[in-house]
Amino acid sequence: MIHVEGLTKRYGTALAIDNISFDINQGEVVGLLGPNGAGKTTTMKILTCFISATAGRASINGFDTFDEPLKVKEQIGYLPESCPLYHDMDVATYLEFAAEARGVAADKRKRAVEKAISDCDLGKVTRKLIGHLSKGYRQRVGLAQALIHDPSVLILDEPTSGLDPNQIRDILKLIDSLGVEKTVIHSTHILGEVEATSDRVLIINNGHIVAQGTPQELMARSSGTTVFLTVKGQDVQAALGAAPFVKKAERLGEAVNGFQRLAIQSAEARDVSLEIFKLAVQKEWLVSELRAETASLEDVFAKLTRGQA
Amino acid sequence: MKNALTIFKKELRSYFSSPVGYVFIIFYLLVSNAFFFFVQDFFKQGQDSMRGYFAAMPWIFLFFVPAISMRLWAEEKKMGTVELLLTMPLKEWEVVLGKFLAAFAFLGIALLFSLTVPISLAYLGKPDFGVIVGSYVGALFLGSAYLAIGLYISSLTENQVVAFIISLAVIFVLLLVGIAPVWLNAVGSLVSFCDYVSLLSHFNNVTRGVIDSRDVVYYASVIVLFLYLNVKNIEARKWR
Repeated sequence: MIHVEGLTKRYGTALAIDNISFDINQGEVVGLLGPNGAGKTTTMKILTCFISATAGRASINGFDTFDEPLKVKEQIGYLPESCPLYHDMDVATYLEFAAEARGVAADKRKRAVEKAISDCDLGKVTRKLIGHLSKGYRQRVGLAQALIHDPSVLILDEPTSGLDPNQIRDILKLIDSLGVEKTVIHSTHILGEVEATSDRVLIINNGHIVAQGTPQELMARSSGTTVFLTVKGQDVQAALGAAPFVKKAERLGEAVNGFQRLAIQSAEARDVSLEIFKLAVQKEWLVSELRAETASLEDVFAKLTRGQA
Repeated sequence: MKNALTIFKKELRSYFSSPVGYVFIIFYLLVSNAFFFFVQDFFKQGQDSMRGYFAAMPWIFLFFVPAISMRLWAEEKKMGTVELLLTMPLKEWEVVLGKFLAAFAFLGIALLFSLTVPISLAYLGKPDFGVIVGSYVGALFLGSAYLAIGLYISSLTENQVVAFIISLAVIFVLLLVGIAPVWLNAVGSLVSFCDYVSLLSHFNNVTRGVIDSRDVVYYASVIVLFLYLNVKNIEARKWR
């Protein structure tokens, strides 16, 4: 598990992260979300002992990143941003090197390399030079080296950046399957990715954690659920406005053939379409559309990082 | 130490993973042999000694050795691989030592190919092999000192060309101070200081066929000092 307390990093006078604290439990997949320059990479660099924090502590599986960096490094697999690899090495040679450097015992090394190759689907390119591989394959080699010593914690900095949609889906699927037994912390600014893979999301902006929770919690918290209703009947807006579960009912455009479209904000952060349906039945309205729409993570993100919804 | 060996293998392999390593060795042999046989006119001198060969070595190494060391850190920094390397469970000194030893081995391989010169000499005359072996050992010391300096300077930049030029400049100065005493005669203590500091004056003793413990201590100190600075510079990213 990962424990971060009051972590602060200053580059000269610039404050990259400011008093960040969070905990990540064993087996959790956590998405680190934020605009560019928010402090995601800095946080990861501190967790992987590449740099030190100016203040605060971070520990992984109980080992402090500042006091016991070697122990920490043994616990983690790390894929840095932009996936730096030795372009003059072939895939198998590179993975053998990674296994050796990450302390995989000599008799288990061959097995570890084979497993990483099959997990990351690199069978077709094992003898190719990394410099000659496509971006998608390179990213997979980067993941393979992070996995090679079977670490309990995986730290992946923008593992899907620069990939095409199919490659992104493959990588996300891989992360998802790894999350079953490993603690994974990955950063991204693509919101769909965290929705798809993460148990929990930390949103970072300007070096602060501005929100955390499951993707669903965050979405609900932003502006609740909006229900779109297209209906024909008497006193629709007045009846809806009087209902206790409705915060606001707004007409959208002019009525067409007597059917009026409305956007209804629920009073609580939940889907109220069932109540609206019951009300429509009771009032004998004709309903041609009834659809609930939860605020997307994009909305939450925009609201939290730019102060607008 | 096992980890240093891991880094050593990786770095040595990378010297030979592209044509650059081979081209380098061939070019080195061409230059050093051409200098010895043609510039110094070996065949007219009628001496079966390699003194001229080794006398030119500090100056030939001046250009070749920084080329061996320049990429060791600079390239890792430029490619970003340094981040992966330093987040592997390795100690900083193990990485530095592994890189240094790989460069040393590469230099050793280049020197190994230059053994064609003493072999030719043995065919042409009766050279004093004691002096030649001593000179080779001295050349390895000299080259190692250059490498340690070049490796440290490589860790200060992410530009290989900058690393090359600054290494060359620093080594050049350390060679020149050995010649300086000639015109520094007026200030006595400075002369002996310059003489002691220079990479050149210690090597001059070696080419005479004398391996003095003072020279060994000098080269060892230079190597240890710059490797130490290198380790500290790599650790500096984590100072707070």
